[in-house]
Amino acid sequence: MIVAKRKPVAEIVEMVKEFKRVLVLGCRGCVSVCSAGGEREVEILASLLRLGCKKEGKEINTICATLVRQCDKEYIDAMDEWDGQYDAIVSMACGVGVNFVANLRPFAKVYPGVNTTFMGGSVDQGVWSEQCAGCGNCVLHHTGGLCPVARCAKSLMNGPCGGSVGGRCEIHADVPCIWQAIHDKLTQLDRQKELLTIAPIRDWRSAGHGGPRTSVRDDLTL
Amino acid sequence: MSFNPNIQAYCCHYTSQQSCSENGGGLLEDGFPANITINRLPCSGKLQVSTLLQAFEDGADGVYVVGCPKDSCHNVMGSQRAAKKVLAVKSALNELNVEPDRIEMFHLERGLHPEFIKAAIQMDAQIKKLGPSPFNGGGK
Ligand code: SF4
Ligand code: SF4
Repeated sequence: MIVAKRKPVAEIVEMVKEFKRVLVLGCRGCVSVCSAGGEREVEILASLLRLGCKKEGKEINTICATLVRQCDKEYIDAMDEWDGQYDAIVSMACGVGVNFVANLRPFAKVYPGVNTTFMGGSVDQGVWSEQCAGCGNCVLHHTGGLCPVARCAKSLMNGPCGGSVGGRCEIHADVPCIWQAIHDKLTQLDRQKELLTIAPIRDWRSAGHGGPRTSVRDDLTL
Repeated sequence: MSFNPNIQAYCCHYTSQQSCSENGGGLLEDGFPANITINRLPCSGKLQVSTLLQAFEDGADGVYVVGCPKDSCHNVMGSQRAAKKVLAVKSALNELNVEPDRIEMFHLERGLHPEFIKAAIQMDAQIKKLGPSPFNGGGK
């Protein structure tokens, strides 16, 4: 899922303090799972915004709402319900949601309530870690299912850099060297010989270096 | 001018059972500050961050939570959860440039009347020292 984290309250207060009515809009998708922008977090942020504005001697009213997803047109349509009731929107969805609201509501002033960080998973209760960088040309079949693009600080494609110590990354000592892990895993699977095959120089265009990417499924389009 | 802070206490039913059993009457006689409002909960773990923030919105100058000792919560992890929520509010207050000491967590044994009153007096003194809440126009 997409992992996000609430922006500092002061930063959001600064964005909206000139408005009287703010729609705080959560998303029941990814940001709900990583406890950044679901229903509960919407309530908390709304309260913090009211308090933050109150402290500056301003009064704002908030509407708290949460859409099923903010990355689907049909769910954005549900926003009609609050038409005319707000002056600005703070979207607590990931950046995709903020973009979608901005795309589909050209006249709405929409502000981000969270910092969208990475695609990851929950490794422990309350802890998330990055697992995939969405590079568009997956190499996990060569690497025992462990991603060198997202999980190697240098995105190396051919083995460890030589800086790792005791199986830890030289850039972040608390992170395992993913190439060490790939090596261990392939050895365990008795596939270590595959590591001798040199990965060709990568074409990074699929990784978004050629502008925004789209994905079309002809079988699903109308 | 003397400042009589509005303090909201959120107390676990089990911790405060004895203290509250006389409807607070006996408490006052024993020195429990009259400006503290006790809100009783089935378990402090039931508390939500938004409830604690709402107390500040509703005009509290200080807020505190009383739950069971960490390792002997009647509902296992309830008071530890409450302590985390209090920490979350502390960090939110910090972000808003408001003294985090306006909210505290106390872990108290069940039914200990004097300890319960001691915590209340401590909180009352702490908030009096901080002065009125900046959310109520009391910014320094
Ligand atoms: S808007 Fe973002 S957070 Fe919400 S479901 Fe879509 S991708 Fe996930
Ligand atoms: S190789 Fe690319 S697509 Fe595959 S997991 Fe890594 S970043 Fe994601």
